[in-house]
Amino acid sequence: MKRIIVNRYKCAYCGACVSVCKFDANELVETYLEIYPEKCTLCMACVKTCPMGALEVVE
Amino acid sequence: MTDYDVVVVGAGPGGSIAAKTAAEKGLDVLLIEKRQEIGVPVRCAEGVSKEDLEKFVKPDKRWIAAEIEKAWIFSPDETKIELSAEKAGNEVGYVLERKIFDRHLARLASKAGAEVRVKTSAVGLRRENGIVRLKIRSLGREEEVTTKIVIGADGIESKVGKWSGIDTTLKLSEIESCVQYLMTNIEFESDVTYFWVGKKFAPGGYIWLFPKGEDAANVGIGVMPSIAEKKAKEYLDEFVRKKFPEGEIVEVVVGGVPINGGLKSAVADNVMLVGDAARFADPITGGGIINAMKSGYYAGITAYEAVVEEDYSAKFLKKYDERWKNDFGKKLERNKKIQEKLLKMDDETFNKIAKSLEGMKIEEFSVKRLVLEVFKKYPKLFWDVKDLIF
Ligand SMILES: Cc1cc2nc3c(=O)[nH]c(=O)nc-3n(C[C@H](O)[C@H](O)[C@H](O)COP(=O)(O)OP(=O)(O)OC[C@H]3O[C@@H](n4cnc5c(N)ncnc54)[C@H](O)[C@@H]3O)c2cc1C
Ligand code: SF4
Ligand code: SF4
Repeated sequence: MKRIIVNRYKCAYCGACVSVCKFDANELVETYLEIYPEKCTLCMACVKTCPMGALEVVE
Repeated sequence: MTDYDVVVVGAGPGGSIAAKTAAEKGLDVLLIEKRQEIGVPVRCAEGVSKEDLEKFVKPDKRWIAAEIEKAWIFSPDETKIELSAEKAGNEVGYVLERKIFDRHLARLASKAGAEVRVKTSAVGLRRENGIVRLKIRSLGREEEVTTKIVIGADGIESKVGKWSGIDTTLKLSEIESCVQYLMTNIEFESDVTYFWVGKKFAPGGYIWLFPKGEDAANVGIGVMPSIAEKKAKEYLDEFVRKKFPEGEIVEVVVGGVPINGGLKSAVADNVMLVGDAARFADPITGGGIINAMKSGYYAGITAYEAVVEEDYSAKFLKKYDERWKNDFGKKLERNKKIQEKLLKMDDETFNKIAKSLEGMKIEEFSVKRLVLEVFKKYPKLFWDVKDLIF
């Protein structure tokens, strides 16, 4: 199944990706980004916004 | 009876000023911050206007890293425009040390009587019989607190708005995707802020250099995801490699800046949003510290009035909307319109404008003044927004 994953070595836990998610499918928990695949529509908004390129789609 | 009159979610500048204001008015206030250390990681270039800042706090050497006299703006072909800070109304006068500044403000809130809890997140809210049951997770333990009012000061990643029915989602053309390096081993004037504009440098945004004393500076970039072809970091790396090949990166800062011009309404029943949570950053400069503090103040005052009147409805809290709109709402709207114009200009136009202003003495360091000067030379560029400029 396709889903978004976060590369934790690149992620700077800034929260930018959370602000563009229409589906409430991600959350910045303290310094840890959570993605909720059951809510995610793969709209790619977060992937395009991430300043670090820490988000990607995997099969 | 509720546990608190007000719970403020997030201890950035917006939240701390809101908590301080409400506590000074005698309310029972809880300020919660999900991070274990207030202020870090920093998500800011740290530039603020002197006059605006001094309305809230007495400047203190411990959190002022530099004082700024001038701004240099470079067009894509690197023609320079100089703005100097001889008149009032300047956008950047101090470069702060936010790590220390944010903690100072939180301390002011606690001195005023607010209870402060760190490593404590808001994780959900529910309204019941006119009050709020706020679920929090504090050092790993879940609990519920009751409050009359929640002030959402939870920054770019805000959830308080979403939980209470305010749509805060940003489109890809309504956010700046930013990376910044604190750099040493580079040459710059320590009282000048630098800006590089144009698509060549930063599509839909700009590159900045803000000095932090003599030997280090914040060098950063913001790009608009809807038109950028690469990641913010890639653009910045390219710039830094060319401009400062000997520079060392001693700190990395990452973040998003909302540039939609602010929410239409920042209230719901029992809830007010302030600062970045309400999308109050300036659409052109990206500056959001001052508006966060101002809105925090207005939310604190309005919370007090609501508690006195025992009315926490959205209808009553509209007073807060009126207050921030009267203060900076117009400016947000104006700068959003100008920003949309700027977005349409190609690099050639920026070069032409810069050539025509090169060497001119502009004694004020503000977007408004700069746009006015451009308007004098090229009225057409801003013709349909001229009523906003004058
Ligand atoms: C790269 C960059 C450069 C910038 N440069 C400038 C500049 O030069 N000048 C300027 O004026 N502005 C600048 N800004 C914008 C500025 O940083 C923000 O506008 C400002 O910090 C907003 O303050 P705030 O209090 O609203 O939110 P923040 O400072 O973001 O604070 C929000 C707080 O809420 C906490 N929080 C979030 N969710 C929860 C939760 N569920 N529970 C508990 N706590 C929570 C967060 O941890 C955070 O501490 C810049 C931003 C970026 C990204
Ligand atoms: S935008 Fe990128 S760096 Fe920021 S929290 Fe999301 S994944 Fe991490
Ligand atoms: S892909 Fe879209 S829906 Fe999924 S987490 Fe990212 S922004 Fe949200």
